Amino acid sequence: MKRVYVDERWCLGCHLCEYYCAFANSGKSSMIKALKDRHIVPRIRIEERNNISFAVSCRHCTDPLCVKSCISGALSVENGAVLIDSDKCVGCCSCIMACPYGALSHSESGVIQKCELCKKNEFGVPQCVQGCPNKAIVYEER
Amino acid sequence: MRYVILGGGAAAIGCIEGIRAVDASGPITLVGAEPHPFYGRPLISYLLEGKTTREKLLAYRPADYEEKRGVRALRGVRAASVDAEGRTVLLETGEVLPYDRLCLCVGSTPFVPPMEGLDAVREKTSFMTLDDADRLSAMLGDAKDKRALIVGAGLIGLKCAEGILARAASVDVVELADRILPAVLPPEASPIVQKHIEAAGVRFHLGESVKRFEPGVAHLSGGGSLPFDVLVLAVGVRPNTALAESARCRVERGVVVDDHCRTSVEDIYAAGDCTVFPDPDTGALRPLAILPNATMQGETAGRNMAGGRAVYDKAAPMNATGFWGLHMIGAGRYEGEVYRSQSGDATKLLYTKDDRLAGFLLLGDIDRAGIYTALVRERTPLSSIDFELIRETPQLMAFSATERAKKLGGAAQ
Repeated sequence: MKRVYVDERWCLGCHLCEYYCAFANSGKSSMIKALKDRHIVPRIRIEERNNISFAVSCRHCTDPLCVKSCISGALSVENGAVLIDSDKCVGCCSCIMACPYGALSHSESGVIQKCELCKKNEFGVPQCVQGCPNKAIVYEER
Repeated sequence: MRYVILGGGAAAIGCIEGIRAVDASGPITLVGAEPHPFYGRPLISYLLEGKTTREKLLAYRPADYEEKRGVRALRGVRAASVDAEGRTVLLETGEVLPYDRLCLCVGSTPFVPPMEGLDAVREKTSFMTLDDADRLSAMLGDAKDKRALIVGAGLIGLKCAEGILARAASVDVVELADRILPAVLPPEASPIVQKHIEAAGVRFHLGESVKRFEPGVAHLSGGGSLPFDVLVLAVGVRPNTALAESARCRVERGVVVDDHCRTSVEDIYAAGDCTVFPDPDTGALRPLAILPNATMQGETAGRNMAGGRAVYDKAAPMNATGFWGLHMIGAGRYEGEVYRSQSGDATKLLYTKDDRLAGFLLLGDIDRAGIYTALVRERTPLSSIDFELIRETPQLMAFSATERAKKLGGAAQ
């Protein structure tokens, strides 16, 4: 299955992936409407320190501890991708407890959000990858 | 290969997944005592609180889950005994199920200590199952005029308190220990959470037990008395071992399993809250009644039942919960050297011992807590990471560049 992979050697720390993610999942028609003057809560997040930076989002594990810990059945695996049904989520945070990458977080509405590879929004392919100017984030089979 | 799974909770789901990962077609029969499809047990407090619906709760797995996996599910049916020599299970209906591999996923039962006058209390329930939640809901009614008394300030008792506070005239909690959540929180964190829950309106009576019940009144060991209308018993649970005993499996408080989730009897496996297993650190037999453990033990059992080779040797206690908006996540053991930090309403406690993160507790700010959980579970040597950095915030930056490249660029785990 294709996944999002990150290579910190190419990351500029520009945070564009975060903006593309927030826009792609906003349901808004333009980036300006989605992001201008807003505190964004993206599903991919940059870690940076000294001269090193890299993006972290869901690894779509083949053995996902988040799914095995979910008390509400909100998390599931569909064709290899770990998806979340936010309608079922009660916000217990068992997935945050379980994920070794720290890749799940609270959304603005309080329920849990995570990278779903843009499978559920209008784009269909990961927009963080599209938005990365230096190919530090790629979407491929490994 | 014919598989029989006794039990219908998280361990049973794990077991089905495990079997089907190895054997696509061997017939699986599941026998569940509860007359419901799979549901998330811990959701019952959210149901009473109105944070989920019955429909969503019962959709823990899709409606066609069993059909798609070739599982024949018998619900609302109890197993009476297991004949290990004849490799059959006798059901209470009289039906006899032959098996080649059996898994006991039969869970635990609320433990009710002897209390004088308890039998005469009519409006009482434990709080483990959907039927318990329905019973409690009916007892409370809609008038918000019932005074609830909960015995036990563990996770079950306190999630129950949260679930019913808005539907009751009052909620009192009696706990024998001198602090709340004694099995889940380190001593120094209990008062913080207690204060938060008290601010919501729950009243605690700590270091006390119920000496005697009279109709509508509980007399406490400290001399006080509490009037009540509805009683919830949440003192603790005990593993269900009767079926394992009938099969002559080794039982020490719970069904003893090894790290392959095998019992002492050939072709019988066990998983979840009914089991005890050697602690990876101390070797002592212990139960670990949490949902992730049930799922993972079940999966391990299932794979091994089907002829695969799976080992589950990373069991660690862990809990994620929250009360009235205060989130908390903890894992491992609260022992060793303590690092404490406080930032606004957020509290962090890290416990280090022998170059490892033995345990941790986050209150308030739980962002990326799983990075800490992984250090506990994987027994990561702290000398191999930048501990000072990760102590401040859970982050992958604290790992070596090689390790980061593996985590973010390597094949999925």
